[in-house]
Parts: sequence; structure tokens; C-alpha cells
Amino acid sequence: MVNTILTIALVLIMLSMVIALIRFILGPSSLDRVVAFDIMTIASIAMIAVLSNLAGRIIYLDIAIVYGLLSFLAVIIIAKYLEKSL
Amino acid sequence: MWEIKIYNMELLGAIITLMGSLVLLIAAIGLIRMPDIYNRLQVGTKATTLGTIMSLFGLLLIMPDWSGKFILLILFIMMTNPVSSHVVARAAYFIKIPFTSRTVVNKLKPDGNVINVSVENQKEVITESLKH
Repeated sequence: MVNTILTIALVLIMLSMVIALIRFILGPSSLDRVVAFDIMTIASIAMIAVLSNLAGRIIYLDIAIVYGLLSFLAVIIIAKYLEKSL
Repeated sequence: MWEIKIYNMELLGAIITLMGSLVLLIAAIGLIRMPDIYNRLQVGTKATTLGTIMSLFGLLLIMPDWSGKFILLILFIMMTNPVSSHVVARAAYFIKIPFTSRTVVNKLKPDGNVINVSVENQKEVITESLKH
């Protein structure tokens, strides 16, 4: 029962990542693509956490932490570069 | 009795995780439908923060032994997500990405808060725009 509900949640999170990918493709400016990238990485943090719970391994949560840190740094660096204040 | 209580806790956590993933799906649909980069940021920060925190809290209820790392992830997302959104909005304002045509209030403009409107019907326009 719990595994079924978690699998449904995993499918919904992957669907939200696909919809964010559409905005990533047709976004008119580059900052729209940055926002879509941000949503995709945050959804993938939730996806990695659900996968770690389905697989029963705690080591995947470390990957989620490092992934969130790298996506945060990437968003800030791209935004500061586009603002020409880097 | 104790077994039933544990099982209900796992089921409650799974349902909270499902609700969090629904919030993430609504955030992605809003990312498609919003007309402007500022409105997209509005969706992309608040809704995804709520969805991810609800998902991680539900997983914490399922696996209470791993609660340290889940709490660390929740605190990390609560601290970093508004900062990145603020930086993106500031960059979008200062490289002059245009607003949508329904925008009424611009508080960073030095000569007045309200744009696109004459002075005498500002209040009516703001109340009308809040109705949409």
C-alpha cells in the first residue's frame, strides 16, 4: 500500500519535471530557462528522496543534499552573470 | 495495538508525500500558464518549496530512523530557495525584462508606485486587478 502510493507520487513528480522541461524549451528569455531549471532540480530532490525510500538506502539522501547545493550555486552564478555584476 | 499505530503512521506519511507531489505538479502547470517571468518566479518559489517540504516530511514519517538527514534537507531548502528566487528576480528587473500588460504596481520605480495608470483612478484599477 505504502509502496504503491509512493510510486504514484514518483510518477507525479516526474510528470512535473517533464512539464517544466516544456517551459525550459520554449522560454523566451534565458532567465525563464533558469527558473525552469530551478523547478526541475527542486523536483528532482524530492524524486531522489522518494527513490531512496523505495530502495531502502540512506546514502541517496547525501546525493540529494549535494545536488541541491550545486543547483543553488548554479542559479546564483547564472543570475549574477546575466546581471553583469559578477 | 502498537503494530496498527506504526502502520497508520506509514500510511499518513505516504498520503502527505502524495499531496506534496500534487503541489509540485500544480507548480509545473502554473509555470506553463503564467504570462510573465515575475509571475513564474512567484509559482516557482512558493509552490515548489511547499511541495518539497511536504514530500520530505511525509518520507520522514515513513522512515523515522533517517530523520536527521530529512530535517537537514528541509532546513536547506527553506534557507536556499528564497535566496535564489530573489537573485533571479533582481537580475530580471535590472536587465529590463518587460512586465506583462496587466501589471499595475512597480515599487522600485522612483517617481511613483503605480505604472500604466493615471493618478485619479489608481485605486479602482488596483481593486479591479485584484479581482482577476
